[in-house]
Amino acid sequence: MSVYLDHAATTPVRPAAAAALAEALARAGNPSSLHASGRAARRSVEEARERLAAAVGARPGEVVLTSGGTEADNLAVKGLFWARRAADDRRRRVLVSAVEHHAVLDPARWLAERAGAELVLLPVDDEGVVDLDALRSELAAHPDEVALVSVMWANNEVGTLQPLAEVVAAAHEYGVPVHADAVQALGQVPVDFAASGLDAMSLSAHKVGGPVGAGALLARRGLDLVPVQHGGGQERGVRSGTLSAALVQAFAVAADEAVAERDGFAHRVGALRDRLVDGALAAVPGAVLRGPADPARRLPGNAHLTFAGCEGDSLLYLLDSAGVEASTGSACQAGVLQRSHVLLAMGLRDEEARGALRFSLGHTSTADDVEAALAVLPGAVERARAAGMAAGVPA
Amino acid sequence: MRVLAALSGGVDSAVAAARAVDAGHDVVGVHMALSRSRAQFREGSRGCCSIEDAGDARRAADRLGIPFYVWDLSERFEDTVVADFLAEYAAGRTPNPCVRCNEHIKFATLLDKGLALGFDAVCTGHYAKVVVRDDGTRELHRAAEPAKDQSYVLAVLGPQRLARALFPLGDVPSKVATRAEAVARGLSVAAKPDSYDICFVADGDTQGFLRDRLGSQPGEVVDTAGAVVGQHDGAYAYTVGQRRGLALGHPAPDGRPRYVLAVEPVANRVVVGSADELAVGGLVADRPVWFGAPPPPGTTCAAQVRAHGSPVGVVVERAGDDELAVALADGAALRGVAPGQSVVLYDGTRVLGQGTVRATRPALVGTTR
Repeated sequence: MSVYLDHAATTPVRPAAAAALAEALARAGNPSSLHASGRAARRSVEEARERLAAAVGARPGEVVLTSGGTEADNLAVKGLFWARRAADDRRRRVLVSAVEHHAVLDPARWLAERAGAELVLLPVDDEGVVDLDALRSELAAHPDEVALVSVMWANNEVGTLQPLAEVVAAAHEYGVPVHADAVQALGQVPVDFAASGLDAMSLSAHKVGGPVGAGALLARRGLDLVPVQHGGGQERGVRSGTLSAALVQAFAVAADEAVAERDGFAHRVGALRDRLVDGALAAVPGAVLRGPADPARRLPGNAHLTFAGCEGDSLLYLLDSAGVEASTGSACQAGVLQRSHVLLAMGLRDEEARGALRFSLGHTSTADDVEAALAVLPGAVERARAAGMAAGVPA
Repeated sequence: MRVLAALSGGVDSAVAAARAVDAGHDVVGVHMALSRSRAQFREGSRGCCSIEDAGDARRAADRLGIPFYVWDLSERFEDTVVADFLAEYAAGRTPNPCVRCNEHIKFATLLDKGLALGFDAVCTGHYAKVVVRDDGTRELHRAAEPAKDQSYVLAVLGPQRLARALFPLGDVPSKVATRAEAVARGLSVAAKPDSYDICFVADGDTQGFLRDRLGSQPGEVVDTAGAVVGQHDGAYAYTVGQRRGLALGHPAPDGRPRYVLAVEPVANRVVVGSADELAVGGLVADRPVWFGAPPPPGTTCAAQVRAHGSPVGVVVERAGDDELAVALADGAALRGVAPGQSVVLYDGTRVLGQGTVRATRPALVGTTR
C-alpha cells in the first residue's frame, strides 16, 4: 500500500463526489436543450453552480464553469488582457508574480510574444511572498498602461500565501482588475470571493476531492472578459462548450464538503505537516524548509524541503520504490524535471533548487503516512546524495 | 539482480528490457534525456531523445509492467560527449560519439548513479555478447547477428565495466527477429525505424553542426606537393577519407577523384590526394583497453576501425598499457583512417582490446604525411 503525499498534484476523489458523478452520468440531457431531459440537466447544473458559489462566497452568476484550473487561468489572463486593451490601447502591461503556476505564466508570456503585451514579473522575497512595493511602484510608474494583475492565492510548490488584500487595494487604486489562481487555496484556507475584492479567481475540482476535468473562473459581475473559446455561447458567452452536468455536480459536492470541513482539516493536516517538517529537519542533515517559516503563512498541507547534493529525480525514485509518493513540485516536460522557477525566483542557487521535494497532505492523509515517509526519508536522501556525487551534482 | 534498463524509445532497448524481465530480474526502466532542447518528434533515422521517444519508452515500460523514470543527463552529455566531439574535430580528429557515450554516459554516469541507488547492473539494447569463462574472466564477443553487431562501440568499456552490463540481444539471430519479438510482446515500437546518425546533430548535417558551434575558419586545401587546390570554411569539418563536398576548383592532374588525406588544425589546412595515398600500412592507438593480457608482438588478428566497417587482417607490433601498434597483414587493405577513430582488435568473434587512433602510416613506400 502506497503512502500518497502528493495532494497538490491531485487529491483522491471524495466518496460523495464519486457518488454524485456516477449518479449524474447515468442521466442523459444537454443542459442547453429545451426539452424535459435538457431542463433536468440544466437544473442540475444550476443547482451545482449555486452550491459552488455559496461555498466560495460568490454569486451564481459569477461562476464561469470550465474544464479546470488551467482553462480558468487562460481565460482570466487572456480574456482580461484583450478586454482591457480593447477599451484602451495603452493597457499592455501584464503584471504577474514570478512564482505563478505555468497556467498563468505561460499565457502571459504568450501574450507578450504574440499579442503585443509587456510582461512584468513581480519579484518575491526568499519565502516566496510577492514584493508589494514593486507592485505599487509598477502601478505608479505606468498608471494607464496596466491591463491586469495576477497573483496566486497560495503557491503550489512552496505553499506561500500571498498578501492578496494589499495586492487588490494597490491595483484598485488605479482601477486595474486583479485575478488570483486559488486552485491550491480552496479547502485549505478560508476563500471568500466577495470578501477578497478580487475581480477574477480560478478554481479546480480535483484539488479538493472532485473529478479531474472540472473547474471554474469566478468573474465579478460586470467584468469584461473576451472569450478564449468560441462556440455555442454557453456560460455568458465567455466559455462555449456543452457543460457536463455530472462533472459540475461532483465539483460542487466536493467543494462544498472541502469548505465545510476546512477548519478541522487545517488543524488536523497542519499538525501532521508540522510533524513531517520537524521530523525531516531533525532526521536529515542539510534539510532546509522552503517557503514561509511561519506555518500560519503557508498552506496547512504543504511541506517543501530541499536537500543539497541530491537530485530530485533520485529522491523521487527512491521514495517511490519505498511506496512513498511525493513530488519535486516543479514542472516536468516529458518526465524531465526542470529547475523550479519558483525556487529560483526565491533566490535559491541552482544546486539548491535541484534537490527539491514537496510533500503535500490532504483529506486522506494520516499520521501513519507521515511516519512512513519519515521512516524512509533519511536513507533515501543519503542514497540520493551518493547518486548525486556519481552524477556530478555539486553539493 | 536489480537492473536498470536504459529505454531509448526504440525497439531494441524495449525488447532487451523485456528479456531482462523474463530472466527474473527486478527491472526499472530509465529514459535518458540527453539534450536540453529536445525536438517534439524524431526525424527519420536521427535522434534518440525526442519527446516522442520518451513517450514511446514510457509505453514500453507500461507494457512490461515496470516502473519508469526519465533522468536528465543532458549536462553530463553536453560536457563529456558533445564537448569532446567538438574538441576532437577542432583538433583535426574524427571522434566516435557513440563510443564516448557508452564510456562516459551509459556505463559511467548512468551506471554509477544506478549503483548508488541500489541497482546491480545496466541493461541496454546493444547487440553484443558477454561471455563469462570458468575462471571468472569476462569476454566481449560479436553478436550472433553480424549486421547489427555493436561490440565495436562497447569494447571501450573493458572487462570491469562489462561486469555490470547486460546485453540481452546478443544472441538474437537478426533484427527481423527482434522486431518479431516486439510484435509478439505487444510493444508498440516494433515498427519504429532504426537510428543510425549522431543523435545530437538534429538534422544529420554534421558539417553544419560543427560550423554553428565552432564558427567559420576559412583556409586552404592543398595537394601533397603543397599546391593550393581549393578553399575551405574550417578544416575541422573534414574527415580523412572524405571525397564529397571538397569543392575543388582545380581538377587533379591525373583526372582521378581526390580524397582528404589529412586535416591539419594548426595550419588550418586540408590535404588532399589520390585514393592510393589513403591506403594505411599501420596505425598507432592510445589509451588501450585490454580484455585479458595484451596480445604479444607478432600476433595475427583482425582490426575494425568503424562501427559498420569490415575487419581487416593486422599483425600486432606493440601492445601494452600505453599504446597499441599494428601493421596491416600481407594482402590486407585499409583506407582513410583518421586520428580519433576507435580501433578494436578481434580474435574471431572475441574482442582483444580497443584503442583510439593517434596516427597512421601510409602503405605507399616513399610517401609521408
